[in-house]
Amino acid sequence: MKPFTFTLRQEPPQRVDLSALTPDRLAGKSLADIEKIEIGTTRASTKVGDVFKLAEGDLKNVRYEGGSARFDLIGAKLLPDFAIHVEGDVGLQLGRLAKGGTITVSGSAGAYAASGNEGAHIEIKGDAGELLAAPLAGELAGMSGGRVVVRGKAGARAGDRLRRGILIIEGDAGEDLGSRLIAGTIVALGKTTGRVGYLNKRGSLVLAKRPEIGPTYIDCGAHVLTFARLFARGLKADSEAAAAVLSAKLQRYGGDTAVYGKGEILTPA
Amino acid sequence: MQGIIRNGVRIDESFAEAFPMSGTGILITGPNAKWAMIAAKTMTGFATSVIGCGCEAGVDCEVSPDETPDGRPGVRALLFAMSSKDAEKQLVNRLGQCVLTCPGSAVYSTVKGEFEIKVGDAVRQFGDKWQMSKAIDGRRFWRIPVMDGEFFCESKVGLTKKSVGGGNLLVMGADWESTMRATEAAVAAIDAVPDVIQPFPGGIVRSGSKVGSQYKGMGASTNDAYCPTLRGVTKSALDPDVGCVLEIVIDGLTDAAVSAAMRAGLKAIIEMGPEKGAKRVGAGNYGGKLGPFHYHLKDLLP
Repeated sequence: MKPFTFTLRQEPPQRVDLSALTPDRLAGKSLADIEKIEIGTTRASTKVGDVFKLAEGDLKNVRYEGGSARFDLIGAKLLPDFAIHVEGDVGLQLGRLAKGGTITVSGSAGAYAASGNEGAHIEIKGDAGELLAAPLAGELAGMSGGRVVVRGKAGARAGDRLRRGILIIEGDAGEDLGSRLIAGTIVALGKTTGRVGYLNKRGSLVLAKRPEIGPTYIDCGAHVLTFARLFARGLKADSEAAAAVLSAKLQRYGGDTAVYGKGEILTPA
Repeated sequence: MQGIIRNGVRIDESFAEAFPMSGTGILITGPNAKWAMIAAKTMTGFATSVIGCGCEAGVDCEVSPDETPDGRPGVRALLFAMSSKDAEKQLVNRLGQCVLTCPGSAVYSTVKGEFEIKVGDAVRQFGDKWQMSKAIDGRRFWRIPVMDGEFFCESKVGLTKKSVGGGNLLVMGADWESTMRATEAAVAAIDAVPDVIQPFPGGIVRSGSKVGSQYKGMGASTNDAYCPTLRGVTKSALDPDVGCVLEIVIDGLTDAAVSAAMRAGLKAIIEMGPEKGAKRVGAGNYGGKLGPFHYHLKDLLP
């Protein structure tokens, strides 16, 4: 069955909040009802019908034909077994607090993509903005489950306060990758800069290119880790290159000893 | 006893009576097949019968590297007990003493069941707070630092209460050699059946028991009706041409697996024929009053 499709008529005049347009929240609504949903974020009104042309289809599967950097909160609180695809760019907080399901974006995402993600599989074919998978201000933990794959670059502080789940960045990562990491796994294939793994508690950072590693990380030697072999197999479908890095012998740096220090940076030995 | 004859082998019109058990197990991987097998054999040692060992355990099969989660050679070990509590206690104890200690080993869940047993969650504290948890694809694992690297162990494994213990075949032949030949062939055939184990030494038990004893307080004693040296002096079940009896006991994760195993064993014995192998095959039961699973030999013939 064809997906339920939102085709972009024109760039919206203001930022829009698309959190209401997840498959579960659209269920039982007629096209006319959906067109009337208010998505504006200012005092001026913007309705779904103003921005999109709708085509009915399988509600488990929502598709956006055409994206915009003004599209915020796409797939927020998405439930398992639902899918959203965006042909184009998205704005802030893609997949915010998603519980499951899959979200794919053919373009790039703004800041706070996958923020607080609890279980969704999110793929961004372009770049991700700052604070990928990070908590919003005031929140104690970032992403707590699921998997995020960014084919391009990621902005600064990707994986900030990551608590659980897997983050794969195939391109370069911005400054301070994995800052305040609580747990979980980050795999970065490109360059990393700044204080990588700053204040990492017990997370794993797997870096294909060894950066300058801070003095609070301690070299624990080169090892063949069974867990890495299992992860390599599990990540293969999402990223062959990430799997290849994990299949090799890995140099382990334990830290960040400035804090709890049970985490690690792993890089090819 | 009146019997059916197949390829010259007499098949008793009898049935094996089996009981519900709690079944669980683990997949052990190692750096090579040798060390995976050592871990599995050690963990399933001294586990022939629930009567004295607390559980019945054995190796189900070897698992090729393509089929294990970490791409290393593996061995699947199954464990059965009379209650899920016993199964959990035995599995955790054996895992902690025999698999955690075994060089290079890692442990994964391999039994799909209605219940879960904490294994990694139980041994993780050996890591003295250096253990790390890793989750992927809905499964959670523990990395426990040990002297050869890390012990990698799944947090929980499955347990099913739909398992069956006590499927059996009584193989009767002219002498020890021919009976053993037939029994070994049956054991090898049953080995190939998935989801079953044969917990006794080499899959074979020579001291089959009956319920009760002439001594007070002994629940079970030697099955004198099947002891060839007592033929004539006791109420014997043996014919004049039977000089040796060996028993195969089968525990399986499902009713279907036990019945498939018995079928495979019977086929191997019948194919060998009475000259080289067994003269007669029977099965042990308690009159059908104790166990709900009845495997009639006549239904399992090839």
